[in-house]
Amino acid sequence: MIRIFKTSKNVILNIDEYFDTVELGILNFKEGINNYLEGNLSEFENNLDKVNKQEESADAIIRKIENDFYVHSLMPNYSSDILSLLEKTDDIIDKIKDNLSQFDVEDPYFPEDIKNDFSRLVSLSVKSAENVIPAARVFFTAPNLVKDKLQKVIFYERETEKLATKIKRTLFKDMPFLKLSEKIHLRYFTLHVEQVAEASKVVAKLLSSLVIKIKM
Amino acid sequence: MFLFFLSSGLFLGWSLGANDAANIFGSAVGSKMVKFSVAVIIASIFVILGAVLQGAGASDTLGKLGSVNAIGGAFTVALCAGVTVFWMTRLKLPISTSQAIIGAIIGWNFYSGNTTDITVLGKIVSTWVAGPILGAIFAILLYLLLKFFLERSQIHLIKLDAYLKYALLIIGAFGAYSLGANNVANVVGVFIPSVPDIYLDFGFFALDGIQLLFLVGGISIAVGIVTYSKKVMMTVGSDLMKLSAEAALVIVLAHAMVLFIFSSSSLSNAIQSIGLPGIPLVPVSSSQAIVGAIMGVGLLKGGRGIKFNVLGRISLGWITTPIIAGFVSFVSLFFMDNVFKLQVFNGTNTALKSATTNLNNLPTSAETALNINLFQPLLYTIIIILIAVIIVLALKLTSDKLHSKDEQSTDIVRKYKTQEAFLKTELTKVNSENAELEKEIEFKRKEQMNIALSIIQKNRFLEKLRTKIDAIINKSDTNQEELSNLKKLIVENLSIDKERQRFNIYINELNRDFYFRLLNRYPNLTENEQHLCALVRLNLSSKDMASILNISTKSVEVNRHRLRKKMHLKRENNLSEIISKL
Repeated sequence: MIRIFKTSKNVILNIDEYFDTVELGILNFKEGINNYLEGNLSEFENNLDKVNKQEESADAIIRKIENDFYVHSLMPNYSSDILSLLEKTDDIIDKIKDNLSQFDVEDPYFPEDIKNDFSRLVSLSVKSAENVIPAARVFFTAPNLVKDKLQKVIFYERETEKLATKIKRTLFKDMPFLKLSEKIHLRYFTLHVEQVAEASKVVAKLLSSLVIKIKM
Repeated sequence: MFLFFLSSGLFLGWSLGANDAANIFGSAVGSKMVKFSVAVIIASIFVILGAVLQGAGASDTLGKLGSVNAIGGAFTVALCAGVTVFWMTRLKLPISTSQAIIGAIIGWNFYSGNTTDITVLGKIVSTWVAGPILGAIFAILLYLLLKFFLERSQIHLIKLDAYLKYALLIIGAFGAYSLGANNVANVVGVFIPSVPDIYLDFGFFALDGIQLLFLVGGISIAVGIVTYSKKVMMTVGSDLMKLSAEAALVIVLAHAMVLFIFSSSSLSNAIQSIGLPGIPLVPVSSSQAIVGAIMGVGLLKGGRGIKFNVLGRISLGWITTPIIAGFVSFVSLFFMDNVFKLQVFNGTNTALKSATTNLNNLPTSAETALNINLFQPLLYTIIIILIAVIIVLALKLTSDKLHSKDEQSTDIVRKYKTQEAFLKTELTKVNSENAELEKEIEFKRKEQMNIALSIIQKNRFLEKLRTKIDAIINKSDTNQEELSNLKKLIVENLSIDKERQRFNIYINELNRDFYFRLLNRYPNLTENEQHLCALVRLNLSSKDMASILNISTKSVEVNRHRLRKKMHLKRENNLSEIISKL
């Protein structure tokens, strides 16, 4: 009770650091996939390495925050909600890491005609993730502003879905020179990238329900 | 003896502490924002302070309503109020100590033939109605103010949580102070006219008999808080409405303000000095002020979650509680007076029997003022020592707790880290072991291939030899020397069978688990067939297999065909693929 202010200050710093880490991970993901598409494999390896490290550090920070929440019983009414918000945000960086490592392992072949669309898909998906982090940040200081930011997240998630459908259609309808196995492979990678936007949408939904909950 | 009679008042105080502490700290403790132990300490201290420093105002009003001028009467009145409260609480009816005691006093008035001052009664009843309404108004205003402030300030939620914890404590302390100030009148108000005249001088401050009475009343409330309020606190939060910490803060503050207003004589005087009518100082029901405040917040939120039947029940309580308490009081006084021969009032009454007992001669008012200041220094030092000890203990306890919590937290983090490191080393160890095993397997496979190749070479050599021997046989003149040379060659190469045996051993060793899997899948294979499978797995051609097995190529084909049949393979199934998949 006496040192509650010091504890809360530490937790605030940790939460900020956590969001910074996730944001950096998102940027590295975008860079990494673009590098892969352009054939800069050494750069891609570098991005993969960074994302792995960032994911690990995000996990470590979230553990610290959880610990502080339980030991010092911070925000007893909302602790579980806030921790689940952080967990769901962690899902974004987990998906990112999995995606990049799948690119590394499975080495998918992208025909030239689809590279452009795929790069756009990645940037749309990343945009929804990029917009959900500031919303999560602002939730802690001004919950009223969260809703405006969430609009963007939902918008980009929808756009990602549309473009993904278009890419899948192109793959299966307009590319007879690809083997079926190659088409299916690329379809999976489209799905993987879509999942980042979906994870962001989950965080967005959780945020909007939290804002209602926390309102006086 | 006075203390014995006071016991009924103390019982009333105990039940008040047990019930009403929940109004102040219920939501804070129920939501784990404030620890129960901290809440209890703060509430107890401030209830006593409020009772001693500001308990007089509301008690005066009670005295105006009906001055219970005999200790027996006071005992009976307090006991009836206590019993009414206890009984109605058991029946789960809304009950207020204030209303019960006032009903009981009116009952005494009726019995003793005292006139009930209607204007005073009117004042009291109007404050009962005003209490919840004022609670609602204060709650609405405070809520809007807090909301406005929070929206402007943009404090981080977690920092806000820390502020709220302290605010709940401070406002809880104010609430406890107001509760003590306002409600101590219910507990000991009726005993004021019959208090013995004692004067304790502590040097810094002095306590007269009435203040001592308030101190005892405050202590009885505090005892109620310490001994019995936990259960009530744990249920109160969910009982009325699920409250956020901010709403709880507003509600407790509004309730405390209502209680404070109706017990602060200085505030009343200040208002009178500017020409307005003074505030009546009346004990109001803490629970009803809380319910009013909750209703206010509920209305502000659009009227959801308000239980209007609760309002109805409270209004009903305003009427029923005093009537029941009054009735019980009237009947009990009759019994006390006529059965136990206890003097319940001073004065004349047709119903009064002028029988005298020892009890009648109890001091009802001071005959001689009793001045005690002999023990002043002693008392003073004892209190100082006690306070010091309590402070030291409290500090030590909190620092110990904090220390252990920090240690626990760092321990957990450390444990995580060591676990992670340990797992990482395990992982690398396993990986390196796997790499070693892979190497070994590769080496053995190469060796196997080498042996197979050498057998093949040897067989070719023997083939050559046979053709040479055939040529020699075809020649008419046999050359002894050539034949003996050939014999030598054969002897040299006779070790070939040993080589084959060695090869077989190798193959068996390498393919041990392969044989195991093979037999699991196809249990009816002979040893030779298993051998053939191992060779198929090595991807050798039929010709090479023939030379290793020392049979013709055709026989190998036949054997392969038989093997396919035994394994029930269809035409399109590839034997070597299926075996390699095993």
